Amino acid sequence: MEETLSFNTIISFMTNTNLQHYSGESGLSYLSQMLVITFMMFVSAATGYAACIAFIRGLAGKTKDNVGNFFVDLVRITTRVLLPFSIVGGLLLVWQGVPQNFSGNVVVDTIEGAKQVIAMGPVAALEIIKHLGTNGGGFIGANSTTPIENPTIISNLIELYSMMLLPGACVITFGKMVRDRKRVLAQENGEALEAQKGKSRKSFTVWMYGREGRTIFAAMGIIFLIGLSVCFWAETQGNPALADVGLSQSMGSMEGKEVRFGIAQSAMFTTTTTSFTTGTVNNMHDTLTPLGGMIPLLHMMLNVVFGGKGVGLMNMIMYAILAVFICGLMIGRTPEYLGKKIEGREMKLTALCIIIHPFLILMFSAIAVGTPAGLEGLTNPSFHGLSQVLYEYASSAANNGSGFEGLADNTAFWNITAGLAMFFGRYLSIVIQLAIAGSLMKKRFVNESVGTLHTDTLSFAVILVAVVYIFAALTFFPVLALGPIAEHLTLWA
Amino acid sequence: MKDSVKDFLHGTKQAVLVTIVLLLLCGFLFPVVLSGLSSVFFPHQAGGSMITVNGQAVGAENVGQEFTQDYYLWSRPSAYHYNVYVEDEDGNQYYNDGTEFPGIGSGSNNYAPSNPALAERVEADIATFLEKNPDVKREDIPTDLLTASGSGLDPHISPESAEIQIPRIVEASGLSEEQIREIIANHTSGKVLGIFGENTVNVLKVNLDIAQAMGLLTVDAE
Repeated sequence: MEETLSFNTIISFMTNTNLQHYSGESGLSYLSQMLVITFMMFVSAATGYAACIAFIRGLAGKTKDNVGNFFVDLVRITTRVLLPFSIVGGLLLVWQGVPQNFSGNVVVDTIEGAKQVIAMGPVAALEIIKHLGTNGGGFIGANSTTPIENPTIISNLIELYSMMLLPGACVITFGKMVRDRKRVLAQENGEALEAQKGKSRKSFTVWMYGREGRTIFAAMGIIFLIGLSVCFWAETQGNPALADVGLSQSMGSMEGKEVRFGIAQSAMFTTTTTSFTTGTVNNMHDTLTPLGGMIPLLHMMLNVVFGGKGVGLMNMIMYAILAVFICGLMIGRTPEYLGKKIEGREMKLTALCIIIHPFLILMFSAIAVGTPAGLEGLTNPSFHGLSQVLYEYASSAANNGSGFEGLADNTAFWNITAGLAMFFGRYLSIVIQLAIAGSLMKKRFVNESVGTLHTDTLSFAVILVAVVYIFAALTFFPVLALGPIAEHLTLWA
Repeated sequence: MKDSVKDFLHGTKQAVLVTIVLLLLCGFLFPVVLSGLSSVFFPHQAGGSMITVNGQAVGAENVGQEFTQDYYLWSRPSAYHYNVYVEDEDGNQYYNDGTEFPGIGSGSNNYAPSNPALAERVEADIATFLEKNPDVKREDIPTDLLTASGSGLDPHISPESAEIQIPRIVEASGLSEEQIREIIANHTSGKVLGIFGENTVNVLKVNLDIAQAMGLLTVDAE
């Protein structure tokens, strides 16, 4: 492997991005697929969850000076969650037809007298942790579109479910850990524990998610469903350019999609992989219709819709703090979240944290479209070229790893800039978020009063969604208008 | 000062040890154990679901193939020609259309919907298809048959795409229409639980049966 490509690949797998500028079936040996790629997939996912759990412990405020031991969390998450799930899920995938062996690629003689080479290898082992750890880097260049990695609808559903499982569970963990703290608090205040229990039994959703977790989960769910509907609708409309040359578009836009998945499963996978920052694909995102392709792009720009390995939750809480702050200004109260006062220091850090992501995406995109080295990589003309650039950096900064794969990205320029975007996109935000949690942890709980803004209601979930969309519109709308929206308007004109 | 050095060394040692242990556990033991388990429970699938005729592998159930003969069902176009190639005496490898075979690959051309190259490719394919299938009307060609899949290895086409190829296959193979319909129906799968996915026809399996019915392949009783 050439140096800049190695640089990019190592950062990519270390940061749980799994952006691949190489092609797995020809570029790597099985030993590197296992020892480097599979190993990093486990550990980078586990570090994300470890950071998230530390963050939640800080917010839940059980102790004032300790958020746990990183190594303990890392090892427990790996051996008690990821490994057992991977063995079961891996076996299910093999059952559906994903190969798991150590033999080399097989050359067969076809019945027409030609030869065909078929990829082999320990695919299932990588495949399951790729989804479970929301990693996304494929064993094979075309990732989960290939019938080798994803042979049937059932394997597709297993992969979908396993990438949703842990990020979703993280939100529930958050809800439960925060609620536990409230219960202890209630006990201290002399309130009967029984009464408190009886109250929380009332509603199934509260029992399931915890009060605060429910709001966050609902807000994420709303954004996810909106994205899914738009993507599905856009893809069923087909491609007017192909209708012009006389190809019926009754099945929707099938270019770049597999027959066994069709439009529905492809739209579902596309929205899920970019919301949960996995980055695995079961259709080629570069060939999506303009608006269908804008949804994955937008969800990576938001990076709060569940998000991968705990990071999405941490980002969403940044927005929750922002929402609390904005509401606080409107009703003229000191903003509070989870029983702690939000003050100048937290707000500065939150603002910094939220601005890093768009800054990385837009700055690198500007450099790429402004330099010949960046422009060389574009393979599609006009507006779609800009979408390719945006997608590459959004995917890097959000640690997603899917791509508009047409981009010729294995050059020194793309390897280095995307590598930097991935590195800063992951670690700068994690550091800042842990600093916020640390600062909140040291504060005292304030008592609830009639003027307290309740963050466990449906209306707060709606406010949260609005804040996320408003922020996205302010930062990304101009560039989306120049890319996918302009392409849509020219295509349907 | 001394304490901080000690702390640093301790921390480093811990980090290195954890890394090595997890490397062996996740990077080596896990794939090996999974391989062992799958070769016990699902040996056929773990080995790549190969299809063998008379002990000779002719393809894999899950990987599509490119077919050029008129009496076979055709697959969707592929940027990588399904990794199907021919070799001349000098060892040079070519795709069926004569371009050089660069080695195993997967993916699509990644043409954006607005890319003029996409419309050009589809237009050329429509012309070729109509020439070989004179009974078919242009607007009846199903969408999937002339658009490239994402992987370039799609083993399926839709039942509609199989349907419009029947007249050509009947004429070129000499088999009856009922026979072809039956073969296609045998290798058509429905949706999972009636809702998930799409109806699909496995091209390779259909063609193996056609070859058998035409006497091109003689299969020993298994």
